[in-house]
Amino acid sequence: MDASTITKPRPSSLAAEAADAALSPTAPRSAVRARPVVLGLVLPVALALGWEAAVRLGLAQGRLMPPPSRIFEAFWSLARTGDLWTHVGATLGRVLAGFAFGALFGTAVGALAGASERFRWFFDPTLQALRSVPSIAWVPLFLLWFGIFETSKIILIAVGVFFPVYLGVAGAIEGIDRKLLEVGRVFRLSGFAMVRRVLLPAVLPAWILALRSGLGLGFMFVVAAELMGASEGLGYLLLDGQQMGRPDQILAAIIAFALLGKLCDGVLVAIGTPLTAWQDTRRGRL
Amino acid sequence: MFVVDRLTKTYADGARALQSVNLAVEEGEILAVVGGSGCGKTTLLRLVAGLDAASEGAITVDGEPILGPHPAVGIVFQEPRLLPWLTVADNVAFGIQDLPRAERRDRVVQALDKVGLAEHARRWPRELSGGQQQRVSIARALVARPKVLLLDEPFSALDAFTRASLHDHLLALWEASRPTVVIVTHDVEEAVALADRVVVMRPRPGRVFETISVRAARPRDKLAPGFDKAKRRVLNALDRSLRPTEEHPNPTAGGAELWW
Ligand SMILES: Nc1ncnc2c1ncn2[C@@H]1O[C@H](COP(=O)(O)OP(=O)(O)O)[C@@H](O)[C@H]1O
Ligand SMILES: [Mg+2]
Repeated sequence: MDASTITKPRPSSLAAEAADAALSPTAPRSAVRARPVVLGLVLPVALALGWEAAVRLGLAQGRLMPPPSRIFEAFWSLARTGDLWTHVGATLGRVLAGFAFGALFGTAVGALAGASERFRWFFDPTLQALRSVPSIAWVPLFLLWFGIFETSKIILIAVGVFFPVYLGVAGAIEGIDRKLLEVGRVFRLSGFAMVRRVLLPAVLPAWILALRSGLGLGFMFVVAAELMGASEGLGYLLLDGQQMGRPDQILAAIIAFALLGKLCDGVLVAIGTPLTAWQDTRRGRL
Repeated sequence: MFVVDRLTKTYADGARALQSVNLAVEEGEILAVVGGSGCGKTTLLRLVAGLDAASEGAITVDGEPILGPHPAVGIVFQEPRLLPWLTVADNVAFGIQDLPRAERRDRVVQALDKVGLAEHARRWPRELSGGQQQRVSIARALVARPKVLLLDEPFSALDAFTRASLHDHLLALWEASRPTVVIVTHDVEEAVALADRVVVMRPRPGRVFETISVRAARPRDKLAPGFDKAKRRVLNALDRSLRPTEEHPNPTAGGAELWW
């Protein structure tokens, strides 16, 4: 979506040449941030090492809850045979396709709802009602309607992505500061210029946030979709692990899910951060 | 010449914010508008800026009617209203995107220089103090070279010290192109320090109560006896304007002039 290219503050334009740059004081931040990260790692690492030691020393069996080394082994063998990448690719493809549709419709409908009160009165109650349906409840219906293959999965994910994006965008547009719009009016911006120069930049942070929560839900829904029946994908790995009685494979798939989700969110954040550097808040990173 | 002719505004809820306000402001004149709260000062400026429509009456700038936002009219709001996603320089340039690049840059550099923010050109608005932000906002209005600049209590949120220095910045900018200035304020000292004429309004319905001329060269010495005298005159008029209507049958438009 090209909002990103439009709304970037243009340091290369006037400002760059205007005067000696006063560099913003952002340098020492990474050092400060390192400490909480280390602190946050203590507990999981300690638990993992503790469990590993307990199993090795024979204090625990580790059959249902395999120690980290076995999980890693399972993960590694999946990666080495290339199976992991097939599954990751399948899952990622579904999530991205569903995300694309959901984000597109969520943004469009959210923009309409935010801009027009009538549209909101007419559609919002219905959408809110649909939103309160637990997503998994759709699965049987979608299977009937769209078959057991990719279509139903992607639609399920798109439905999951749609709602947070819709809500975020509608709320952001509705909440735009009227006072800033008036600045645009004073300088006689055309409708299009008003959207490009005031509306889009104003809703961009909320939009990125909405996309991030949409993506998060997309990952939740892809599990649901794949558990319903798939021959590949990380969700299939989960189910397969259960049927084969291999908790190490299940945990390896869970870890792959976590990594993949984090990675995708990281990509969104990396795209969004430079575009919203002007914000007055220190955004929590990732 | 900027003329407001029998301007009347009744809001949808029936509030009579302005009734038959007449003003004629010379080119390059600085007019201050004072008055109790609710006497229609903001309404007046919003009508002139074309942000709201008048119920009756007309506004013209050099004979041209103002029916909506107009390039001849610039406005500075009570809050700076900077766009947080634009740098200081880009904020100043916001209203002059149609100009050629070089021209645009020259104007921005000059304006930022005049308000003493040249070294902050590349900062975000949030990195500036309230007074600095308001200076950016004034620069943004003035780079578009309006014939009439409206300011609605632009310094009311600032401390007295900052306010005084902003007066100097405002006058420096004004000096460069000498637009007509209409500044709304609740600070009588500010009105007397800046204006050629001070218009005192009275509420319910909002109308002009009295006009007091202040003839003295700028920058004005706030310790001069004449300054105090002018201040007292305005305060006195303000005081009378807030009394019940019966007591002032005929407001003295264009009232006695004051020299020092
Ligand atoms: N948008 C509005 N709708 C209805 N009444 C308004 C509106 N804006 C202002 N008024 C009323 O008009 C009168 C003048 O308001 P205003 O112009 O803001 O006064 P001032 O700026 O002098 O304090 C007040 O009585 C106020 O309540
Ligand atoms: Mg006001």
